[in-house]
Amino acid sequence: MSGARMSALATLRGQIERIETAAVVHPHDRVALGHNQADSALKGGLARAAIHEVFCAGSQGTAATGFVMGLAGRVSAQRPLLWIRQDFSEIEAGALSMSGLAELGLDPRRVVMVRAADVESALRSSADALACDALGAVVLELWGETRQFDLVASRKLTLAAQGSGVTGLMLRMAAQPLPSTAETRWMLRAAHSPPGSVWDAWGAPRFDAELLRNRHGPCGRWIMEWNCDECQFSEPSTYSQPLAATPADRQNSTFLRQRRAG
Amino acid sequence: MGRGAREESASKQKDEPCIVVIKDNNALVIHALDEAAERLGLYIGQPLANARAMCPDLKVFDADVVADAKTLSDIADWCDRFTPLVALDPPHGLFLDITGCAHLFGGEAALLQTLVRALGRQGFAVSAAIAGTSVCARTLTRQAAGSIVADGGEAAAIRRFPVSALGAGEAITTGLRRAGLKTIGDVASRSPSEITARFGARFSTLLAHALGQGDAPISPRKPLPDYIVEKRFAEPIATDTMIAMTLSRLADTLIASMEKQGKGARRLEAAFFRTDGVVRAIMVEAGRPVTQSKVIDRLFRERLDALADPLDPGFGFDMVRLSASRTEIVVQEQRDLDAHVHDNDELSALIDRIAARIGGKRVVVHLPEDTHIPECAVMAASAQHRLAAAMQAEWPARTESEPPLRPLRLFDKPEPIKVPFAAVPDGPPHQFTWRRALHAVVRVEGPERIAMEWWRQDGKQLTRDYFRIEDAEGLRFWIFRDGLYEGEVFDGDGEAASPGWYVHGLFA
Repeated sequence: MSGARMSALATLRGQIERIETAAVVHPHDRVALGHNQADSALKGGLARAAIHEVFCAGSQGTAATGFVMGLAGRVSAQRPLLWIRQDFSEIEAGALSMSGLAELGLDPRRVVMVRAADVESALRSSADALACDALGAVVLELWGETRQFDLVASRKLTLAAQGSGVTGLMLRMAAQPLPSTAETRWMLRAAHSPPGSVWDAWGAPRFDAELLRNRHGPCGRWIMEWNCDECQFSEPSTYSQPLAATPADRQNSTFLRQRRAG
Repeated sequence: MGRGAREESASKQKDEPCIVVIKDNNALVIHALDEAAERLGLYIGQPLANARAMCPDLKVFDADVVADAKTLSDIADWCDRFTPLVALDPPHGLFLDITGCAHLFGGEAALLQTLVRALGRQGFAVSAAIAGTSVCARTLTRQAAGSIVADGGEAAAIRRFPVSALGAGEAITTGLRRAGLKTIGDVASRSPSEITARFGARFSTLLAHALGQGDAPISPRKPLPDYIVEKRFAEPIATDTMIAMTLSRLADTLIASMEKQGKGARRLEAAFFRTDGVVRAIMVEAGRPVTQSKVIDRLFRERLDALADPLDPGFGFDMVRLSASRTEIVVQEQRDLDAHVHDNDELSALIDRIAARIGGKRVVVHLPEDTHIPECAVMAASAQHRLAAAMQAEWPARTESEPPLRPLRLFDKPEPIKVPFAAVPDGPPHQFTWRRALHAVVRVEGPERIAMEWWRQDGKQLTRDYFRIEDAEGLRFWIFRDGLYEGEVFDGDGEAASPGWYVHGLFA
């Protein structure tokens, strides 16, 4: 391909990108998650004033809930969180427990729960909520495939989020990813606790998070751990095999890679 | 001074005699009858067999007391257009306190005429009267419907009526007649102490009220709203735009009158009076006092949009009323400098809007409860009422550097699981089946024993041993054994049975 053609393509791509993102997502509107690789893939962290989708299989609902809760805790920064859920998802996956939320290091006082009967009223309420700039984040929890949450609905939510600066998090349990206007799209699975850890240290929330789509960067798949004390994600901790002392001549980065592999 | 009006309703007149019968002491007796039947000499309480003997071609209907009460309550709804103070007088009467309302309808006579004509058009036979006390008005409807008695004229107006018009009950009426007291005037001429000694204090009070000496307050069906504004239309309105416009104009007026007294509305009710007599009331609530008409407007728009059975204008509404049934004093505060206060305002406005759409019980905040039983540890409360309390609530602190000890998702009802066997009798299972899938246990932590609150339940709840469990796929469960092993659970013969296992929650 000739250089001129390449540059024309690049210009076009740039134009499309500018139209799409309406110049709202600024670099300073990103919140670092605490997990270095994920943060670098996301160009510094999770974008505020955008829609992020988290998908999971039906049995992995709680892992995805934990991940979304972590994201919401990172982006909402002491502001209220509106959690909108469908009645059916509570029957299938259990109710969000405020004691469990407090155990994750998050503040149950800031959570307002909307118990929508069906998808239409849930979508309508979330569009309303995303337009309210007093909120830190809005979580919409839906169970199963829904016809109503199509490209138009997703576009509507994105525009509302861009207008107000509120972050929208879609928790889609037992659903397949479909085209949407989301900034990022994740697929969540629960990850094992590290093998051989000391008897009472297991049980910290660990996620096998796969970034399926990222509008402004590469995708990837990482094991992310939620640190309940510091309220941020981190690289998986390794209590596992005791390591030999690092040779003095070795680079620090190699050491890091080894540790991650273990 | 209260002016009472009263009206009575009966079924629509027909040419052939109709009666309604009800079962009383295993016999069918006449419950209600029309004028044609009355002319034949039938009376209420007469057995059906006797009535048939007197008039073989009677049309007989079964009484439906519940439907009668419903109709009476519908008529009372309709009467709300004259005064907010409407009281039921079962089985077929209504009291309207029209103190201070009559001039809005061109005086008492015009009001009475309007009411009787409008109800007559709807097919009801009405007898109505206006008097200074409710008992006097009721007495008048039985003998001189349509009369209006001025204050102080009560005794003279009802003097000539028979004692049965007082409606004091069969025994007293008969007793009075046997004593030779035929008219109310006769009874009034005796000294009150004699009447009380013979017929009881209740009757003498009734008599005093009928004669205008003292008044018993009526008990209105609905509490009196703090503020009411309404609009009547010569031509009924039916389109959505007109309804919305009317509501927003009413909201402006309502806010203006509340503002003068520094009040804001917490609960608002819009009542739509249809031309054919049906009344539809719609209520919205706000988390904090509303002082802007555009907020009222928006709340009603959300509510009307989301109605499961939309507003049916039929042939149009001839009156729309907006009332503030609960108001609060609004403290004017300077809030521009404090962004936090402003945020809370916006949040509660959002909560109000969502609650107006999907219902106030569906928007909740959570408050901690002082108990260690997991499913009771959190109380969900309406966000409109308890938002401030929830923002200030004290939650138990978590232990530093411990993994979460409580699951993120909790099942309302613990779900039973199948446990084939446990290696140690009161230890955790090695594998279990939940929702038709087999989970192999890899890691276990526990037990955490939670005893039930013996001072609350009557000893029926069992002690639970909770285990945190991770399975081969990395899913983390919170399971428990319901009952101590060989200690609490017994089968029918009193032998120790094996306790059940349940999944109560899932960890992230």
